[in-house]
Amino acid sequence: MRGEKGEFWDPEVELLSAEEIRGLQLRRLKETLRRCARSPFYRRWFREAGFDPESLNSLGGLRALPPMDKDTLRSVEPWEFLTVPREEIVRMHSSSGTTGRATVIFHTWKDIQAWTELGARCLYMTGVRRSDVFQNMMGYGLFTGGLGFHYAAERLGAMVIPSGSGNSRRQIYLMREFGTTVVHVIPSYALYLLDVFSDMGLDPRKDTRLRIALIGAEPHTEDLRRRLEEAYGLRAFNSYGLSEMSGPGVAFECPFQDGMHVWEDAFIMEVLDPDTLEPVPDGEEGELVFTTLHREGMPLLRYRTRDLACAYPGRCRCGRWHRRISRIKGRSDDMFIVKGVNVFPMQVEKVLLQSMGVGTNYQILLEMVGNREEMRVRVEVTDELWRGDVRELKSLQKRITAALRDEILVTPVVELVEPGSLPRSEGKAVRVVDMRKDLGGE
Amino acid sequence: MAHQVNVFLADRPGRLERLTGALADKGINIRAITIAGSEGYGVAKLLVDRPEDAHSVLHEEGFSAHLKEVLAVLMEDRPGGLHAVCAALGEKGINIEDAYGFVVKDRETAVLVMEVEKIPEAEDVLRGAGFHILEDHELYGL
Repeated sequence: MRGEKGEFWDPEVELLSAEEIRGLQLRRLKETLRRCARSPFYRRWFREAGFDPESLNSLGGLRALPPMDKDTLRSVEPWEFLTVPREEIVRMHSSSGTTGRATVIFHTWKDIQAWTELGARCLYMTGVRRSDVFQNMMGYGLFTGGLGFHYAAERLGAMVIPSGSGNSRRQIYLMREFGTTVVHVIPSYALYLLDVFSDMGLDPRKDTRLRIALIGAEPHTEDLRRRLEEAYGLRAFNSYGLSEMSGPGVAFECPFQDGMHVWEDAFIMEVLDPDTLEPVPDGEEGELVFTTLHREGMPLLRYRTRDLACAYPGRCRCGRWHRRISRIKGRSDDMFIVKGVNVFPMQVEKVLLQSMGVGTNYQILLEMVGNREEMRVRVEVTDELWRGDVRELKSLQKRITAALRDEILVTPVVELVEPGSLPRSEGKAVRVVDMRKDLGGE
Repeated sequence: MAHQVNVFLADRPGRLERLTGALADKGINIRAITIAGSEGYGVAKLLVDRPEDAHSVLHEEGFSAHLKEVLAVLMEDRPGGLHAVCAALGEKGINIEDAYGFVVKDRETAVLVMEVEKIPEAEDVLRGAGFHILEDHELYGL
């Protein structure tokens, strides 16, 4: 275990200058490309693009490759990405959902170690230390939020309470019983938990020892962060990650809370105009595109995240040159996040079609009911959906609710509405109405 | 076979008004109405003098509506009148899924309108017990 004195978990890497970072990136990129040449997918990918990995001599040379996205991952057997024999793989993570082929990321033991190390670096940067009690209120399992920081906090030496998501009263009991000082939580749940504290007659400022919250997995406003800090009496730090880039730990806020540092020793970040795929100037909003630099099992080159944000160059007051990004300002596709879970309207549409047998007009409404997030799916009742009996409607409602829960892992409120009462959808975006002001909606 | 019209209604102000307005415009008379509410919506059941017209008018107005077969039986408007009908069906194990009644002539006759699973069987049972099942024209012309 490392010493407790410094401000930096890995000062050699964290304090590299911009110039040094670029040098390290080029070296690691070359290694990554050599590695990719062993993967059946990448051999084909390079050939089709007329790209010679050996000839790359600058970071800019990477732009000769086309960007890839979720569809690229879905278009082939995930094993084809591997640059190592299958037996080297020790873990997989996967996106939720059962419609279409799941997107899978395979990790070698070294990949897990590298990811863990990045996570520990993030936690340490915000002030988490060995003496802390870390309650991990993220979902464990295929979702990367739970396991990623679980191991990171252990690596750092903190005591981990692997409480997982949900079961609010138990979360509060654990916090009080074991003196939790740090929580890893999605912001909407942290907000909701305030109501539970209040129902239990407790004040988190007085009745817990919380001092740090790591909040991520969904967009939220600065105003919400400040409200959480105020209500809990702690400092809340923004987290960014996605399962395709291993999970949390891609970018994180330092104590100055002025943008999230992207760990540029581990990722090359590009910010592109989502339409032209040309780079946007510093400080302007664009789509984040990442290349992994030290993932060996399944490297990804120029992966389009669909997340929109701005990047800020220059040295931060904390001393780090690793470029910062703003909070995520939106998406270049129609994905939305509810209760920390990524959902595509197409998933909802497929479930509706499957559970009803016929298509009908629908609308997804995201709203706050007090401090609780709610996803409401409005479905128009057409003659084909029932034969005149109210019980058929009740069972339809139940069936849709259960099927949606199975598919997207969030339980929605299914509302039956009259035919013609929802706006006709001309584009995909119209299907989703987001009224959650604090979570980046409206 | 007698029919009523079952209509899906959102639980919002003004919906029932639009429904009754549409029927009134076409001169359709409502003999009886019940509304079964659930969370956020309801189903209105309408016994009218011209069920097929009502059904198509409501469709034109954009409602989701179905013609539903019902059994209408004449009862005596006196204590025990309804009980006699129920007892006859219960004895034969016939379940009434939904029902409503209305008085036709005070202290003399009333009508019970029922949704039952096996209508022909229920009809036989009731006829066998001496009840009068209303024909379409009798029911709509009340």
